[in-house]
Amino acid sequence: MINVALPKGRLGEKVYDMFEKAGFSCPSIKENNRKLIFENKEAGVRYFWVKPSDVAIYVERGAADIGVAGKDILLEYNPDVYELLDLDIGKCRMAVAAKKDFRDNPDTTLRVATKFSNIAAKYYSEKCRDIDIIHLNGSIEIAPILELSDVIVDIVETGKTLLENDLVPFETIADISARLISNKSSYQFKKDIIEKVRLSLAKQVSDKND
Amino acid sequence: MYIDEKLLKNDEETVYKLRKLYRGYGYSRYKMSKFEEYDLYVKNKDFLISDGVITFTDTSGRLLALKPDVTLSIINNCKDGAEQVHKVYYNENVYRISGSSHTYKEIMQTGLECIGNIGLYEICEVICLALDSLALIDKNYVMQLSHIGILNGVLSDLKIFDENKKEILHLISSKNDGGIELFCKEKGISEENAQKLKAFTKSYPTVQSAITALSSVTDSPELKEFEEILNVLIKRGYEDKFTIDFSVVGGMKYYSGVVFKGYINTIPTSVCSGGQYDKLMRKMGRSSSAIGFAVYLDELNRFKAEKNEYDVDTLLIENSDIALTLSIAQKLSENGDSVRVCKSIPDNIRFRRAVTIKDGEVVSLEND
Repeated sequence: MINVALPKGRLGEKVYDMFEKAGFSCPSIKENNRKLIFENKEAGVRYFWVKPSDVAIYVERGAADIGVAGKDILLEYNPDVYELLDLDIGKCRMAVAAKKDFRDNPDTTLRVATKFSNIAAKYYSEKCRDIDIIHLNGSIEIAPILELSDVIVDIVETGKTLLENDLVPFETIADISARLISNKSSYQFKKDIIEKVRLSLAKQVSDKND
Repeated sequence: MYIDEKLLKNDEETVYKLRKLYRGYGYSRYKMSKFEEYDLYVKNKDFLISDGVITFTDTSGRLLALKPDVTLSIINNCKDGAEQVHKVYYNENVYRISGSSHTYKEIMQTGLECIGNIGLYEICEVICLALDSLALIDKNYVMQLSHIGILNGVLSDLKIFDENKKEILHLISSKNDGGIELFCKEKGISEENAQKLKAFTKSYPTVQSAITALSSVTDSPELKEFEEILNVLIKRGYEDKFTIDFSVVGGMKYYSGVVFKGYINTIPTSVCSGGQYDKLMRKMGRSSSAIGFAVYLDELNRFKAEKNEYDVDTLLIENSDIALTLSIAQKLSENGDSVRVCKSIPDNIRFRRAVTIKDGEVVSLEND
């Protein structure tokens, strides 16, 4: 039996479809209810829906053998897991954004509002830029408007939310997409089935790109 | 002295067995003090698994640390003799930041170190002892074996140093093939060399498959040494118990040769890790070699089923004749059962049976 942590939401549904194509179907998951755990004993698979930002925790601590997590979460929390495949879905980028008229003044400490404190700290420390991190949990875009911060570090998908709030992306920190991750211990004992998942998903990704 | 195994928790029982194993191979016990000079750790910070060390000032104003590690003290303690081999084992609590919880934890660590004139025999002996240690914890175990010398050689050949090396090692340790391709493209490393690097993210189930794959990547003499070690393990019957996996790359600054990590099924993190650490020896001014490993037992109690279904075997309801109650309690516990004397049946403990004393005789009450 392999335990799979899926990120709740649209991305997770796409990921499930890929797993289904790979031969790990679990029809009950498509029923419209509030259950969070679904099992198909014959296919030897159990899925759980978890909050996207928690997938890496479930996998790192072995509650799930494998899972699908955004690269943003992997960069932020740096969990001790194997990153087996880029699924090439849920694509976006981690970017620095600010008001259109923003000019960075190296003479002052840069105030950075973000949900991704570690990514922001690492990015600016590599540039030797002195910053003040303001950790927020949501509505990051309003921070520069209310003068709470100079810039924000956040995920940009289409840029629409930024635009509607009069912000523009200035720099890209990293490209983000969904990744297949595995617990390091589970990989030792369920290697055959995990490699089967990886190969089948990899084929689907390359077929899509051809 | 007879030790009743029922009384031992999983980790205590394992420690007991491990000590017996190491003693059997002529390793002597090393006991260290709880506190050590902070200086020792700060000089060798790279070697420590976590940065955090708990420090305090002692009565004479010296900065001391609650030991985060045992190996450094053992090296410090051993004389640097070219011909001698020191074989020691230890069982100590260490204090450091635990991986996933990011808080300080007391971790029970057992392990051994073999320091001095190390040859192929010592290397094989230590790896076999690590494999046997895993087998003592649970039969369902796997060890990943890697060789830092081989990987280091290839990275130097490809002129990957410093920051780039750090990045590529992180990608190898997370088996991230896609990341390696991207990294190589960004840094102008050829497709052919990217393929070479990707050979290190694979897990090879047999010695033959690993040697074939690695021969096309490097002709380093260390590959030959690695092959010899692996063949000894096969001859000793460990064939199904290890994989060759270069994603074990932690500690490039102090490890020099073979490195390994052991896993037990159902325990989500590795429970054993070690390797040959000549680089650390040089850093500490020693000319000899060393190999060792540590077994981490902190996860053991949580993931292995509790042995005791009940809190106590027998509940004895207290009698007004205290001397009689005491003597009956003693008698009931003679066969190794646990007996708790209570005024009435408590609702917060699980017990196998409840008894009371009537006319000097033991009478059974209800069963739980």
